[in-house]
Amino acid sequence: MSDAAKEKVDPHTGTPTTGHEWDGIAELNTPLPRWWLWTFYATIAWAFLYWIAYPAWPLLTGATSGVLGWHSRDAVVEEVANLQTLRDPMNAKLAAASLSDIEKTPELLSFARAEGSAIFANNCAPCHGAGGQGSKGYPNLNADRWLWGGNLDEIQTTITHGARWEADPKTHLSMMPSFGRDNLLKHDEIVAAANYVRSLSGLSTDKDADLAKGAKVFADNCAACHGPEGKGNIEVGAPNLTTKVWLYGSDRSAIIERITNGGGGTMPAWGEKLSPTAIKAVTVYVHSFGGGQ
Amino acid sequence: MNARPAIAQTTILPEAGEDFAPLYEAARKVYPQRVAGVFRRLKTALLIVTLGVYYLLPFVRWHRGPNEPTQAVLVDLAHRRFYFFFIELWPQEVYFFTGLLILAALILFLMNAVAGRVWCGYLCPQTVWTDLFLAVERLIEGDRRDRMRKDAGPLTFRRVMEKTAKHAIWLVIAWWTGGAWVLYFADAPTLVVQLATFTAPFVAYAAIGVLTLTTYVLAGHMREQVCLYMCPWPRIQAALTDENALNVTYRVDRGEPHNSMKKAALLRQAGERSGDCIDCLQCVAVCPTGVDIRDGANLGCIQCGLCIDACDAVMGKIGRPTRLIAYDTDVNIKRRQAGLAPVYRLARPRTILYAALIALIGGVMLYALVGRSHYGIAVIHDRNPLYVRLSSGAIRNAYAVRLTNKDAEPQKFLLTVSGLKDAKVEIVGAESDPRGQEYVEVGPDKTQEVRVLVSTNTPESAGSTPVSFLARTEDGKGEVLAADHFWSP
Repeated sequence: MSDAAKEKVDPHTGTPTTGHEWDGIAELNTPLPRWWLWTFYATIAWAFLYWIAYPAWPLLTGATSGVLGWHSRDAVVEEVANLQTLRDPMNAKLAAASLSDIEKTPELLSFARAEGSAIFANNCAPCHGAGGQGSKGYPNLNADRWLWGGNLDEIQTTITHGARWEADPKTHLSMMPSFGRDNLLKHDEIVAAANYVRSLSGLSTDKDADLAKGAKVFADNCAACHGPEGKGNIEVGAPNLTTKVWLYGSDRSAIIERITNGGGGTMPAWGEKLSPTAIKAVTVYVHSFGGGQ
Repeated sequence: MNARPAIAQTTILPEAGEDFAPLYEAARKVYPQRVAGVFRRLKTALLIVTLGVYYLLPFVRWHRGPNEPTQAVLVDLAHRRFYFFFIELWPQEVYFFTGLLILAALILFLMNAVAGRVWCGYLCPQTVWTDLFLAVERLIEGDRRDRMRKDAGPLTFRRVMEKTAKHAIWLVIAWWTGGAWVLYFADAPTLVVQLATFTAPFVAYAAIGVLTLTTYVLAGHMREQVCLYMCPWPRIQAALTDENALNVTYRVDRGEPHNSMKKAALLRQAGERSGDCIDCLQCVAVCPTGVDIRDGANLGCIQCGLCIDACDAVMGKIGRPTRLIAYDTDVNIKRRQAGLAPVYRLARPRTILYAALIALIGGVMLYALVGRSHYGIAVIHDRNPLYVRLSSGAIRNAYAVRLTNKDAEPQKFLLTVSGLKDAKVEIVGAESDPRGQEYVEVGPDKTQEVRVLVSTNTPESAGSTPVSFLARTEDGKGEVLAADHFWSP
């Protein structure tokens, strides 16, 4: 075959053939250039260097670490530090500005909202929802009804100290009594009060509802916190009962359940975990949901 | 159209006793000879123009306005802007580049249909830089014969000095090539000073280093190997040419049978026909890729026309008509062989189609470029929650609205929402003007995102209501519109 390879040249192209021939069709010999082969060897050599320089081979309890000592964790730490350096000037401005000034300055507002949205997603979203929409027992932060007040300062206070968070002495502490469970009210009184509460915001009541009795029960037991007209009191976190926004639902049964068991949700004091600037950012972010006052 | 067996054999044949055909072939060094003529002058002129544009364009200034860069051509990656004289493009206008690439492809098609590998022969950076490097090589080491003799000869001190000088000049050109490249990505005069004082960003030095290396290797050492083995275009362009396309062609009808001058004279005396080709191999000697044009159009031929110049010079000396090698077509060779007059058909279905497509796409792009707005609006509805019931029973939806201002001055936008009954619009953080209208100020050449709350006491229907957001500049001259929906329970 070596003779054939030497001698056979394809007459049409002038290219030598490999000597391989099938049914009169010869394979042209169009070899790769030698530098291509050397490039290929060079890439193999490069791979060996890479194995030595960087973490590469899995071992039983870890991996080879590489002579350069490169580590993906270190790279992340460095990147995060770089990012923090980039943000420092804006964070300094944020720390110096008052909450209302932040909201009035487009540059600061955009920055606070961007930072606040990340903090919110990491810390607040598990209870309040990704968009602050809340759920039963967890307030909707987009609505305009606030248990502990919805202006910037009040939101900041609530985030910093939490609600019913005993580790923080400044936390919002008041709590609704368990009127049914602790036998403070009889069942028929609770039903009457529930009907009366529904009537406050124009919802339907039972046919045989004794609203007068309900009103009396309300005045004796509930008005202290919820106010004589049921308009609530943010000093003690008592919700306004005359609106369309209901934390635990507006059904008859949901209201009876609330009066029976009382209590209230718990919110951590984020001042323990987040920096004052971070709390400022998340305050502005929550306020910009639109429900703020 | 192979009238004669090929003479260019580059393959190393197997050594005696080796049982297989060679798997790899050694690169054969090409020593292109100096040549003078029309096409050499054309190539030199194009070399000066293209390299001149490449090296000097970053220093051309263009005044745009107080807040804009003054460089005529600038790719501002940090701020995500592209500037080309009077054109400024934002990342979302990347479709202009798509259009440009389509245009470039069609122009390449048209060039091939008209005159073959014009790109390869005259305009390709690989060709232009190789040409420049070859000129340096000739200047220092002499022409083809000198270089071949010196390469075969011993390594004398003089030879070492010559080689050192050549590679040094190559490296300087290569370094300058990389240096010019980075100037397109930052303010050129500033960056030049930074580079000289070693205060430029690391990425600039890295880019210059890489491009110095690639230029030096590709133009100095790889040369025709790039065209033969690395570049996809020869393959694609071979498929784009046709029998009516002008290509650098050896007029085989006139040249064959080729004989030495002496033998040709004897044959003619005897009344027999002899071709004009005297087998002087000048066409091969000047070829930058080392092919023989007499083999016909082939992969290695970049159609630079230098063999035309070389052959014309020889034909002039032996008193035969020039253009034995010329821009011609396959069709004409066959026609002349059949005794017919040559025809040149420039207007063919494919050239007309390509030209029409170029005109159409160019026109569409120009229309889009001239008619594009300086302002923009994009609206995204809050995904979660879709709507909020307020304590009064009203329904509110929230939107992220991003306003774009491509002007060199700040612009105030008034935002209105239509399509919703009793709609109340509130822009978070916005200030009201004396008339009580809320506006959004967007800085020059910037975008601004605002949170917009739209509420109504009387949602018309359950589900969604189409609404539109209209942003109007304060002077009322600019208007942009976006459509979205209002959701209610």
